Amino acid sequence: MNYNWNWSVFFREVPSGGATYVDWLLSGLGWTLAVAISAWLIAFVLGSVLGVLRTLPSRFLSGIATTYVEVFRNIPLLVQLFIWFYVVPELLPREIGDAIKQMDPTTSQFMTAFIALGLFTAARVCEQVRAGIESLARGQKNAGLALGLTLGQTYRHVLLPMAFRVIIPPLTSEFLNIFKNSAVALTIGLLELTAQSRQISEYTAQTFEAFIAATVLYLIVTMIVMLAMRHLEKRVRVPGYIGAN
Amino acid sequence: MLNLVRASMAALLCAALASSPFALAQELTGTLKKIKDSGTITLGHRESSIPFSYYDDKQQVVGYSHELALKIVEAIKQELKMPNLQVKLNPVTSQTRIPLMQNGTIDLECGSTTNNSERQKQVAFSNSIFQIGTRLLVRKDSTIKDFADLKGRNVVTTAGTTSERLIRKMNEAQNMGMSVISAKDHGDAFLMLESGRAAAFMMDDALLYGEIAKARKPGDWVVVGKPQSFEAYGCMMRKDDPQFKKVVDAALANLMKSGEINKIYAKWFTSPVPPKGLNLNFPMSEELQALFKNPNDKAFE
Repeated sequence: MNYNWNWSVFFREVPSGGATYVDWLLSGLGWTLAVAISAWLIAFVLGSVLGVLRTLPSRFLSGIATTYVEVFRNIPLLVQLFIWFYVVPELLPREIGDAIKQMDPTTSQFMTAFIALGLFTAARVCEQVRAGIESLARGQKNAGLALGLTLGQTYRHVLLPMAFRVIIPPLTSEFLNIFKNSAVALTIGLLELTAQSRQISEYTAQTFEAFIAATVLYLIVTMIVMLAMRHLEKRVRVPGYIGAN
Repeated sequence: MLNLVRASMAALLCAALASSPFALAQELTGTLKKIKDSGTITLGHRESSIPFSYYDDKQQVVGYSHELALKIVEAIKQELKMPNLQVKLNPVTSQTRIPLMQNGTIDLECGSTTNNSERQKQVAFSNSIFQIGTRLLVRKDSTIKDFADLKGRNVVTTAGTTSERLIRKMNEAQNMGMSVISAKDHGDAFLMLESGRAAAFMMDDALLYGEIAKARKPGDWVVVGKPQSFEAYGCMMRKDDPQFKKVVDAALANLMKSGEINKIYAKWFTSPVPPKGLNLNFPMSEELQALFKNPNDKAFE
């Protein structure tokens, strides 16, 4: 294969001037981090609440959480993103819809991307929180209640502290997924890391350099997340319990 | 004595072979050799570059560029004396077309690929097959009539295109306060325009007419503005393969000089085309007429 390698392409000035292709990659990385981290905040908070709801005795409350999970987990992420971006503004009252559409495009792309990604991932986090709670011996909840704690206190002081420790490994996977899934934002025009590398490949015809650079950046980010989560897992382990070795 | 005769006969034979044009033509190299050896040629095509190369309503590849590609295949069949040459079709995108050409997956790509100097470092281009100008698509009742009217508006374009570079440059140079949206592909860009997220869509004029042809209400849309740049489309081949390029260029030059290209042009640009049977009404520009009179592979940038 006669490919013409040229790694110095990243230090060339971009056609619109005032920046190099490295700046494009870094700005892409910035958007990827921004989307992923803000989506993770939504996913973690909402997912935890829903996960708790699913394990409650109330049929009504657990029904709400179950419905949420089934809806958001069973619709492809890309379709959800398109619904939020193209369909929802049409369903709102006309003035609000138009206001959203006339917003600064980057802001509206960013907001749509992190909300869509956060709500999608919340369904997955919810299932893990539920699984974590259900993995605990039933005696723990009963013991908490027998000690005179309310149901809320039992969750707060007995069940959740253990459940979250148990699910750190699967949560790590979700957190990694959110970085990788953030690439869907390019379909609504947000210039995140994958979009920028495509852009560089289009402008310079140096496809492999552009995508190798993006791959390396994704790897660095996910490695850092993995190490941080492993460190967290060690810090909070309970000797003699799951995952404590 | 016998040896001498033999030697001189051999020498004569060699000389005869060397001077014969046929002997040279048989020495196949590069893509032609690959085609001859494998008995197949693989064409790269696009999925939605209307009317250049796209799927019609029966999921068949059609289009102006695709028809030219098939004409080139005919010429290759003659050149290699292989009437039963198999033609394989391989869809490509603007991201994949260059790597797939370089790694030998496709042998020839005729779509809507601009010939420019960056790409010439990776691949080669045939005689140009089309020429476009970059213009604006707007709603018919829009106040935007030219590029100057874009001040402070949202403008969408397709990521990675010349239009994108030009509009971003114009925005900075003239302080126009536009918000430029880079959509993933032409279809998405049109969706942004249609849903009201952008007031105008800047792109190659022929592709804008193609988007109109696909639109739900074609009558709502109009192409406006003075072209900001011109680009030449060419068929793409592997670099440093003069034998193959010669065949491809000759095939295209024949179509242009014989006038057959006019019929093909009329079929795709001034008559109803699939999938909706809409007429693009895109008359041949003077520049294109000049190109057809004098086929060449010059890039604009």
